[in-house]
Amino acid sequence: MNRLTRIAYLAVVYLFFYFPIGVLIVYSFNNASYSLLWHGFTLNWYKELLSDTDLQSVAWHSLSVGILAATIATMLGTLTAVSLYRYRFKGKKLLHGMIFVMIVSPDIVMAISLLILFSTLKAPLGFWTLLLSHVTFCMPFVAVTVYSRIAGLDKNIFEAAKDLGASDFTILLRVIIPLLWPAILAGWLLSFTLSLDDVIISFFVTGPDFDILPLKIFSMVKLGVKPEINALCSVMFALTLLIVLIAQLVLRKKQ
Amino acid sequence: MKHDKTFKFITIGIIWLWLAIFAVAPNGLVFLTSLLQQGDNELVRLQLTLNSYFDLFNTSYLKIFLHSLGLAGCCTLVCIIVGYPFAFIIARSTSRYKGFLLFLVIIPFWTSSLIRSYAIVAMLKTKGILNSLLLSLGLIDQPLHLLYSSTAVMIGLVYSLLPFMILPLYANIEKLDMRLIDAARDLGANKRTVLLKIILPLTWPGIIAGSMLVFLPAMSMFYIPDLLGGAKSVLLGNLIQNQFLTARNWPMGSAVSVMLTLLMGLMLMLYWHSTKRNKDAQDLL
Repeated sequence: MNRLTRIAYLAVVYLFFYFPIGVLIVYSFNNASYSLLWHGFTLNWYKELLSDTDLQSVAWHSLSVGILAATIATMLGTLTAVSLYRYRFKGKKLLHGMIFVMIVSPDIVMAISLLILFSTLKAPLGFWTLLLSHVTFCMPFVAVTVYSRIAGLDKNIFEAAKDLGASDFTILLRVIIPLLWPAILAGWLLSFTLSLDDVIISFFVTGPDFDILPLKIFSMVKLGVKPEINALCSVMFALTLLIVLIAQLVLRKKQ
Repeated sequence: MKHDKTFKFITIGIIWLWLAIFAVAPNGLVFLTSLLQQGDNELVRLQLTLNSYFDLFNTSYLKIFLHSLGLAGCCTLVCIIVGYPFAFIIARSTSRYKGFLLFLVIIPFWTSSLIRSYAIVAMLKTKGILNSLLLSLGLIDQPLHLLYSSTAVMIGLVYSLLPFMILPLYANIEKLDMRLIDAARDLGANKRTVLLKIILPLTWPGIIAGSMLVFLPAMSMFYIPDLLGGAKSVLLGNLIQNQFLTARNWPMGSAVSVMLTLLMGLMLMLYWHSTKRNKDAQDLL
């Protein structure tokens, strides 16, 4: 392939990726409910989102679960990565394999397995079941992100810290976390987006009292295309864009 | 140091405890549930049986299974055909915008596929932008009924999952040792031979990894047929969802999920086998 064909090929695929999303964003500013024609610029649909109190509580649910789940998942995932790197223990290979399997396993399999677990334990579906599930599916992603960075660290640093009398806990707090914070932060951000976007697992493990944004969008979208949904989806897209941008910048900085 | 031992014990203990409760036990329960019977008043009756598995070979379930396999297979194939050259061009690019080009694939990778499916709905509907565009260009005289068809589901699946094919392929192609290609050319191999005998075998693990990340979700993303396919297009994911929430036949839904897990196991074995074979090839160098 020559240079021109290559560029054309890339352009077509990028157009496929971004055209539908672009149209969605443009029409979220269109001053008409159902028309395809451009009726002038408006922020009405965004104002409507802001005044929707029901939506506000749902957004709050999503944010609180996202922040908590990302935080717990980041702690667990970082500990997993550090243990895999530093310690020898029984079942280490198994742990490696399990993290990998959890990443590739289809969401629906994890979703119904957690549903059956919660139903066996007679746990009422809602905030707690949702939080525990989100931590579980985010954790392997953090572990992988942090592990990919930790493998590049100089092992002598740990030996030096040990010789100077630092305990493993001190090494984690004063050496590993300061050195790995970009990867840890990136893991947190990615967990947060995963939690904010998840449809399949949340669909099964939350109850009617605790609605979250993706499920709300799902039920709205089933009823058809509306400018309010365009606006809501545009906001979510912008948020994801921002998070991924920060994560990429943070990760690149220390490369 | 005694404290260090306690620390190590607690850390690894927490990790294993979490995984045991939220990953191992739930999957064990799914397997157990698949062996039980649907209850009349309660969800399941505690009686071991293989009925759910026999029922899987019932024509209507078998049809869904094959349809779902076909759709996911086609989606994977399209993703490979479109994604491979794409990943190759970016991975081998020497442009200073390479990082940015990759970033443009990472964004859709992380964007909610629900939102992206919704964007496709807005594109494809009868009075949507695609139809108006084609009409105004004079390519069609009647708006196409694209939405609520298998084609729409296919487009939605490819749109959602293409980045999951491109990124593993990119990672794999980027590691490709170009000297091997040069060596093959020097030894007189033509372009076709280089592609078939060098490039494809060496990037095979990337193809398998990408296929795994596309094929399995493609069978299970129930909201895509819900939004784009009406009732016509049913995936394994819709079947499971339906068995759990509407038909309340948990054993049946679990059996379908076990089948999906087995399929994943098969693909994982393929993947591990391919990486192992490639390690041997690298050792030769």
